[in-house]
Amino acid sequence: MKLPNQALGQTTLNAAQFIIQGLTPIFRDVFDDDELVISEVTTAPDVEGWDSLANIRIMVSIEKAFGVRFAAAEISRLKDVGTLAELVLRKRANV
Amino acid sequence: MHEHLSWLPKASADFSRSVSLATTGAELQELAKFSLDENQLGKLANRLSYLRSNGFSLAPLVLVNIGLVSNATTKLLTPALVGTALRYGISLTVEQTEYNQVAQTAFSTEAVFAGKDLSAILLAIDYRGLPLTPAPGNRVAADQNIQDCFSYVRSAIESLHTNTGAQIILQNIAPPVETPYGSFEGRLPGTLSWLVAHLNRELDCLLSDHTLILDVAGLASNVGLTNWHDPTLLNIGKLPFSQRYTPIYADYVCRILASKLGKSRRCLIMDLDNTLWGGVIGDDGLNGILIGNGDPTAEAHLHLQRTILELHDRGIVLAVSSKNEDATARIPFLEHPDMLLREHHIAAFQANWSDKASNIRAIAEMLSLGLESMVFLDDNPAERLQVRKELPGVAVPELPEDPALYARTLIAAGYFEAIAFSEEDQMRASFYQGNVKRIQVLNQSSDMATYLKSLEMEMISTPFDANGRARIVQLISKSNQFNLTTKRYDEVDVKNFQEDGNYFTRQIRLTDALGDNGMISVIICRKNAAIWEIDTWLMSCRVLGRRVEEAVLMDIVSNAKKSGAIKLIGTYCPTAKNVIVKNHYEKLGFESLSCDHQSETWALDLTQYHPPELPISLKYAI
Repeated sequence: MKLPNQALGQTTLNAAQFIIQGLTPIFRDVFDDDELVISEVTTAPDVEGWDSLANIRIMVSIEKAFGVRFAAAEISRLKDVGTLAELVLRKRANV
Repeated sequence: MHEHLSWLPKASADFSRSVSLATTGAELQELAKFSLDENQLGKLANRLSYLRSNGFSLAPLVLVNIGLVSNATTKLLTPALVGTALRYGISLTVEQTEYNQVAQTAFSTEAVFAGKDLSAILLAIDYRGLPLTPAPGNRVAADQNIQDCFSYVRSAIESLHTNTGAQIILQNIAPPVETPYGSFEGRLPGTLSWLVAHLNRELDCLLSDHTLILDVAGLASNVGLTNWHDPTLLNIGKLPFSQRYTPIYADYVCRILASKLGKSRRCLIMDLDNTLWGGVIGDDGLNGILIGNGDPTAEAHLHLQRTILELHDRGIVLAVSSKNEDATARIPFLEHPDMLLREHHIAAFQANWSDKASNIRAIAEMLSLGLESMVFLDDNPAERLQVRKELPGVAVPELPEDPALYARTLIAAGYFEAIAFSEEDQMRASFYQGNVKRIQVLNQSSDMATYLKSLEMEMISTPFDANGRARIVQLISKSNQFNLTTKRYDEVDVKNFQEDGNYFTRQIRLTDALGDNGMISVIICRKNAAIWEIDTWLMSCRVLGRRVEEAVLMDIVSNAKKSGAIKLIGTYCPTAKNVIVKNHYEKLGFESLSCDHQSETWALDLTQYHPPELPISLKYAI
C-alpha cells in the first residue's frame, strides 16, 4: 500500500483533509478508478460497485494502510465516508 | 515474508498507470511479477478481462479454466487468482459456485460445471465446512468422525471428477486457533485440533491420479494461525481467512496450476561470493571466506548450501555463474573442508568476467534447458536487476540483507513446486552432470559414428504402464522443444491411452556406457486399420543427435506393420519453442501431405521403409 501510517506524519488532520490525503488513494485502488472523488457525504449508492464485498475490501485496505483494526459493529454503524474518516482518525490517535 | 511475497521486487509508483496502458498478455505477465496486494492483483484481472473482451492478443499466455468450490466466500479470491496466474503466464478464468454450495455442487445430478471444460477444480473447504464433531476423550467416536469426514471429502472429489473429468486440487485443513485444552489438546483424541490433524494425515494418503493437495495447513502455520484466521472478517463476510494472505494463497494455487503445465523451474544458478559463502574468494582467500560452523555468517551460508543440496537431491539441476577467475572460483569446492556443495553437484560452472545474463544464456544452452526453467540467486541487487531486464524468463528472487534468511526466501518463493515425485527425479541431477561429461568426450573424438558406437546405447521400449505414468505425464507436460504436437495430457488422459485398444503407446528408456538416461521419449499413435497416426512424439533433449529418433521410428514401423498398417501419418504443429523438430519427418523420409501455418502433415509409406543400421541396440517389450 502506498500510504503507510507514517506517510501522513504526526500533523492533526481534520476529516475533510484526511479523506483527500488518506482515504481517496485507497478508494481509488479498491475501485480501480483513478478519477474517483469522495467527500464526507459520499455513501455506498454514490459509488458504482460499492457492495458488501467492496466494503470489506475498503475496510481491510484501511486496516493495512493505517495499522488499525475495526470491529464489525463499528463498521455497521458507519453512515458515510465522513463518519468513516472520523473513526479512522480516532483510532489512529489511540494507536 | 509470505504476506508481502518479499521475493518479488516492489511495484513502481506508476503501477496502476502501467496496467491501464498494457495491451498485450506479455506486458500483463511482466507487471504481475511484482509483490502485489489484492487490490493491485484485481487491477491486473480487470485489465485482462478488458483485453480479452476487446479482442487483444493475449499471447503468450496459456488459457486455463478452473472451477472453485468452497464453503466460504470466494468472490474476493477470484480477482487475486486471475491476477496471480498472469505471473505464471496463465490467462485464467474461474467458474465459481455460490457461497457454501460444496455438497450441492459435488453431488447434484445437474452438473453445475457442465460444458465448461475445466482443467482443474479447486476444492477449498475449511474446518467449518466439514462434518467435524468433537468428542474429547472418546477415541471410538473420534476415529469414526475422521472416517466420516474423510468419506465426505473423498466422495466430493470422486463426484466432481466424474462429472467434469477435471483434476481436483484439494486444500487440506488449517487447524483452529482456539484450543480449550491448551498443550494437551493435540494429545486428547476427539478434540477439534486432534480431528483436524488426523484428517490432514488421511488426506495426504489420498493418492489418486486426479487429486492434488494444496497445503493450506502448511501455509497457515508458516504465517501463524492467529494471523491466518480472522474472526471479524469471518463474521462480517464469511471470508475463510485473513484477506491479507489472499496474494500468497493465490500464488500457492497458481504454482500448482503452473506445475500441471510443466512450468515448474528445474535449474538453480548460483552466484558465489557473498551468496554461497560470506566474503570474496579472490580477495579473502580460502581461509578468509565464511562457510561452516562456528561463525554466525558462516553458518547462515552453510544453511543455504544445505537447502540447495536438498534441492539437488530432489532433482533440481545446479549451476554456477560468478564473476571470478575459473580456477579461483573452484578452489572452495575442491579444498574447503566445510563446503557442502562440491564440484560434482554442479552441472555447469561459468566463472569469468562476462555479464551474468550472457553466462546464464550459455548455461541454458549447455544444459538444453529453457530460460523459463531457471532461477538465479545473487546477493547483488545490480546483478539481479541486469538479469531481470535482459532475461525476463529467468526468476530472480529479491534477497533480504541478512544471509540467514536466504534459504527461507528461496524456498518460500515456490519455484520448484512438485505435483508428483518419480524415482527419476531423484536421479535426474546426475543425468545432467553425465551430459556435460559427454560433451567433453565428444570434443576429443572427432568421428561422430565412432563416438556414438562407443556409447554402447541400449533402448528399451515398452507400452505405457502404471509404474511409468508419473514420468510420462511429466514429460508430456514439460517437453517443449523436441515435441512435434505439444499436446498436454494429465494422468487421467495417460491412463486412458494406456487402456484404450485403439492406441499404440510407448515409453522409451535409454541406457549407455555413461549411465542410465531414464525415460527419454513418449509416443502415442492412433491405430486405424491401414493408417497409423502419430498423436504425440516427444523426446528429451538430453539425447539429441544420437539417432534415437530413427530407432524410435523403427519401433513404431515394425509394430504398425505387424498389425497390418501400410501408412504412417505424422503431424508437426509449430510453436515458439519446437523449431528444433521442424524438419523431423522430412529427415526421417516422410513425404509432405499438406501444410498450413497451424500444422504440417507428413506420411510414410511403410511398404517402402528400410530399417537403417543404428548404433543402438533395441529391446522391445510386448
